[in-house]
Amino acid sequence: MLFRQAGIFHTDYSADRALFPIPADRWMIGSLLLLALAAPLYMNTLYLSSYLLPWLVWTAGALGLNLILGWAGQFHLGYAAVMGIGAYAAVHASRAGIPWEIAIVLAGITAAVIGSVFAFAALRVKGLYLALSTLALQFVMDWTISHVPAISGGTQATLQAPDIRLLGWAVTSDAGLYYVALVWCVLVTSFMLNLRRTALGRALVAVREKDYAAAVIGVNSFYFKLVAFATSSFIGGVTGAILVGTFYHAVTPEQFSVDVSIQALAMVIVGGLGSIIGSYFGAAFILLMPGVMNSFISWAATKFGFSLGIETLAHLPQAFYGALIIGFLLIEPLGLGKIYNNIRDYLLVWPFGYTKK
Amino acid sequence: MDAISLMESAANGALIGLMYSLVAMGIVLIYKSSSVPNLAQGSMTMLAAYVVLAFANSAGAPIWAAISLAIITMFIIGLAIERVALRRLAGRPIIMILMMTLGLEIFLRAGSMTIWGGTTRPMNLGISDAPLFLGPLLINRAYAFGAVVTIAMFGFFVMFFRSRMGVVLRAISDDYTAAWSVGISVERGVALSWAMSAVVATIAGVLWSSVQGVDQSLAQLLLKGVTVAVLGGLDSIGGALLAGVLLGVVEGIASSVLDPLLGGASRDLVDAAMLILTILIRPHGLFGRHDIERV
Repeated sequence: MLFRQAGIFHTDYSADRALFPIPADRWMIGSLLLLALAAPLYMNTLYLSSYLLPWLVWTAGALGLNLILGWAGQFHLGYAAVMGIGAYAAVHASRAGIPWEIAIVLAGITAAVIGSVFAFAALRVKGLYLALSTLALQFVMDWTISHVPAISGGTQATLQAPDIRLLGWAVTSDAGLYYVALVWCVLVTSFMLNLRRTALGRALVAVREKDYAAAVIGVNSFYFKLVAFATSSFIGGVTGAILVGTFYHAVTPEQFSVDVSIQALAMVIVGGLGSIIGSYFGAAFILLMPGVMNSFISWAATKFGFSLGIETLAHLPQAFYGALIIGFLLIEPLGLGKIYNNIRDYLLVWPFGYTKK
Repeated sequence: MDAISLMESAANGALIGLMYSLVAMGIVLIYKSSSVPNLAQGSMTMLAAYVVLAFANSAGAPIWAAISLAIITMFIIGLAIERVALRRLAGRPIIMILMMTLGLEIFLRAGSMTIWGGTTRPMNLGISDAPLFLGPLLINRAYAFGAVVTIAMFGFFVMFFRSRMGVVLRAISDDYTAAWSVGISVERGVALSWAMSAVVATIAGVLWSSVQGVDQSLAQLLLKGVTVAVLGGLDSIGGALLAGVLLGVVEGIASSVLDPLLGGASRDLVDAAMLILTILIRPHGLFGRHDIERV
């Protein structure tokens, strides 16, 4: 079958430790990358800039949240605030005339520094209390962003994001913006893929499983929690900056409110904790669901001849979204990534389902 | 800012705080029995207010009958939520449980908006708008009524936890494995605590909507409820009552001092700061039980 393992012999250690030991995976990743690179050629700009681009950027964001939630096992209900810090930092830096390449790195560093404040809550408490304190920090950050005129440019204000300039070239075409998002998403993905093979990744997993036990075997759990928060905040900050630079083109406090934090959390949960491919699925699912839902409702309304009020139409996708989170937790708590893995495991040994993979 | 108006904000704040405790009590009831932090308490409050209005307006029942019918409905909804959503998650990691209550929050909030729409509607309990005069202080009558009801509810729970069913719930909250092994039906106890919490949410919903009307903002009582519950200790009903008063007073005074300085809306900031400070200084709250963790 597609994922055939027969006849694949790893004769040295480096082949055995490769990121994708099975050739079918390598072929798949390679062709997907080619498809993604060629996307501006065969896809119309509407789909490219309003579906594919936000999907890639949000996937990078979801991966950053997955790092803290799925790998290090620490709650983060304030991820949108971290993304917002990055976005505002990048916009202010590039408005001050700093080149965009440096501005997004500055955005990441600012977000990492402020995001590490969340880690100091993690030093003191964990589990439920960490979740609540990060939620409270999200409210504090929201309030600060919207009430300090130096950051938000005044109440109810929208700050225009300057055009992205890479090495002096202004990136304004849809295809250009798409490539910026693609490069960032690929970078984050390859970082996360490699993370699980490094000492850092293994230490994070040890902290996730039991922080005291990790401390007993010599893993400094506070240090690794801090690193996890800083790294994920860096990814979040740059993602926020890229989201504003390539998709929103302007920044307001509402783009990074507590609802967005929950949305990011939903991406990770629906996709699967600690699953990289799951983050892709989760981001796609959560982003596409409202649109699909709306068109389904209007299709059903014309088909079956009923009409719904505007308010009903406005809130129904939201209710469905809540029901979806509940449904996933009840039926497949490990998310879409787990479903993908089940199918893959089945195909690996097909048609000899009784063998071990 | 003179002393009288400060005292006035403190007194009204204390009464508002008692109404916050009603939301917090719902969270505490569930947390006590099953260690589930119910982040859907705010939207349960909102749903309950909409149910009362549905009975009062669509079915044309008088308000007291509508409230009683809503209490029965919410009792059943509470049982249903526990049975359908939470029971299967027992023993799962806390992140799943938290996410489930967040999902419930979104579902209940958006669901009630889908059915009933988002425009603010009044709920008239027949409380007059004229303020109460307490010496030189002006007290809002609706707040005072709410505070009295809250204290009555607290009294009810004190009595309840001395009854046979209450002792069962206390046993479950103490150690559910031990409770199980002596033949207590833990599922039934947990289901009952969800149902009672939904009833408390109904009462909170009625009181709050008589103050601010019925709309989506009722769901935002969650932040206040969580802050009060954590401050008082997540497994202490009395703690929730006292913490409510404390938060209300601090919020009243702080917002009357800070609002002119910061340009308004400092209440949420005060809440969030109280929540963070509580968690950093004394995570188990004023009266909560301090659990010891084993490796």
